[in-house]
Amino acid sequence: MPDETKGNTPPASPEKEQQPVSKPPLPSTPSVAKPAVTVPPKPTAPPPPPKPAGPVPVPWESEMVSRLRERFGSGIREASTYLGQSYMIVDRSVVYEVLQQLHDEEEFNYLVDCTATHYPQRPQPFEVIWILYSFSRNERIRVKTAVGDGEAVSSTVALWSTANWLEREVFDMFGIRFEGHPDLRRILLPEDWKGYPLRKDYSIIQQDREWVQVNLGIESGQ
Amino acid sequence: MSDPTKTLPHSPLDLDEREHTFLDANELVLNMGPQHPSTHGVLRVILKLDGEKVRGTECIIGYLHRGVEKIAEHRTYTMFNPYVDRMDYVAAVSNGLGYCEAVEKLLNIEAPPRANYIRVILTELNRLASHMLWLGTHALDIGAITPLFYTFRDREEILKIYEKYCGARLTTHAFRIGGCQYETYDGFEPDVKKFVDFVTPKIDEYEELLTTNRIWLERTKGVGVISGQDCIDLGVTGPVLRASGVKWDIRKAKPYAAYSKFEFDIPTGPNGDTYDRYLVRIAELRQSLRIVRQAVEGIPEGPIMAKVPKVLKPPVGEIYHSIEAPKGELGYFIVSDGSTQPYRVRVRPPSFVNLQALDKMVRGQLVADVVAVIGTLDIVLGEVDR
Repeated sequence: MPDETKGNTPPASPEKEQQPVSKPPLPSTPSVAKPAVTVPPKPTAPPPPPKPAGPVPVPWESEMVSRLRERFGSGIREASTYLGQSYMIVDRSVVYEVLQQLHDEEEFNYLVDCTATHYPQRPQPFEVIWILYSFSRNERIRVKTAVGDGEAVSSTVALWSTANWLEREVFDMFGIRFEGHPDLRRILLPEDWKGYPLRKDYSIIQQDREWVQVNLGIESGQ
Repeated sequence: MSDPTKTLPHSPLDLDEREHTFLDANELVLNMGPQHPSTHGVLRVILKLDGEKVRGTECIIGYLHRGVEKIAEHRTYTMFNPYVDRMDYVAAVSNGLGYCEAVEKLLNIEAPPRANYIRVILTELNRLASHMLWLGTHALDIGAITPLFYTFRDREEILKIYEKYCGARLTTHAFRIGGCQYETYDGFEPDVKKFVDFVTPKIDEYEELLTTNRIWLERTKGVGVISGQDCIDLGVTGPVLRASGVKWDIRKAKPYAAYSKFEFDIPTGPNGDTYDRYLVRIAELRQSLRIVRQAVEGIPEGPIMAKVPKVLKPPVGEIYHSIEAPKGELGYFIVSDGSTQPYRVRVRPPSFVNLQALDKMVRGQLVADVVAVIGTLDIVLGEVDR
């Protein structure tokens, strides 16, 4: 099993990476790899039957959600529960107010994590996710909002101090700016780093080639 | 404050009066690290000093950044499993447990009971190993050399059990998605029981060395105080949070693996200083032994692997799952696009978030206390930088 996956991954990763770039020579490699990928699905055949019965997001109904809906109306785009975990998708314009209400009135006093995901195909390619926890309710929820390229999100440092570094990391990795952040700089990468590594169009191979070309004077290190 | 000779250098109460300083108000900026031995890796702290007093700090991190989250997007779920061991490398088993459980949740499968028991035993042994390593190095930082030899001697026994179980001592890769790869070896239970009996009196030995030691008390009491409220605000979890009086442990709050089946207490401390964090971790050593003992005695028979497809293709969706790692809340946020590779893996590292509290904890303290506070936070830079 490990050997099999090892053989598949190198072609599979350019396929994943190149989606936005779509270089002509490369798509041929994934198509070569595809038969290899389609061989294993035979053992995977059993899973499809349970799929319809499998987990699907169900609407998340609670007093808190109705209170938020009352105040923000269509600003709360969706509130669902998937695999027992509740999340809501909130409009970017009201996300700070929603988080503030969750912090001030609903006792979500612990910001577990603030992170993001990049979906290049979507009109608003980024999704910023706040994972909140309430000690008094013993409840963990997620708040998500879609962010367009170049758009900024309100910083939540005023609500939770822990957001300081977490937002800096999101900025470092995705280039999403947080308005009102006291010290928005790169945190893990050097100040002069080019690009935002966790964006899907940031290719590791390209990065590697550039480096060896500049520093070692060879065409490719691969 | 008028007579400077009367201020004791180790009394933080006097040092807290910032306005009345007898020193030159000129700030001195001092670099600590990235190669400083007490930073436990490559952490650079820029200290703004007023004489011996710390006015402010800034952490420069990222020296060990390997882009684990990016790597995950280019590996299958199975292939990424060993990578998580390399984040918090002194608690590799806990990392693996968190990742495997998160993917299992995403796949909507559950590990069989026997696998869960094995997981609990190995994870709690890992907590012991991590706390022992912490105790030895933390004491060493502060100037007590002896505990290091004691704790490393005893930690070795845990590593031997790991080696016998899966062949590796540190980056174990002990668990697989869906359960465990290996059945316990012959004599696993006796080995673990023997270890528990062996190490229980040893913890008293550590305490004999430190708990009432005058130098230890001077160096840790009232040093790096942080309130429970500040901990929550800063997202600090684990023993640091508990030592500040917040009785919260994910093993109790959101039980995972087989933890709901065992009896154990959550030790807390009243003051939130370095000494309390020491006591809490010592108490956690004992609680972990309690859990291990219960788990070894009650280990059920049965399969160790759930029915997992050969190729893992979790349905489209996302999941956040977290566990109580030795250092705090270790969470994995995984987004699946239905393919064999995760679309996004986010690791919520306890060390990274806890390190942010350093500034709050050392302001107004002495330079020597910075060393103590970095030690007491129990950070692993591999996990901070990922």
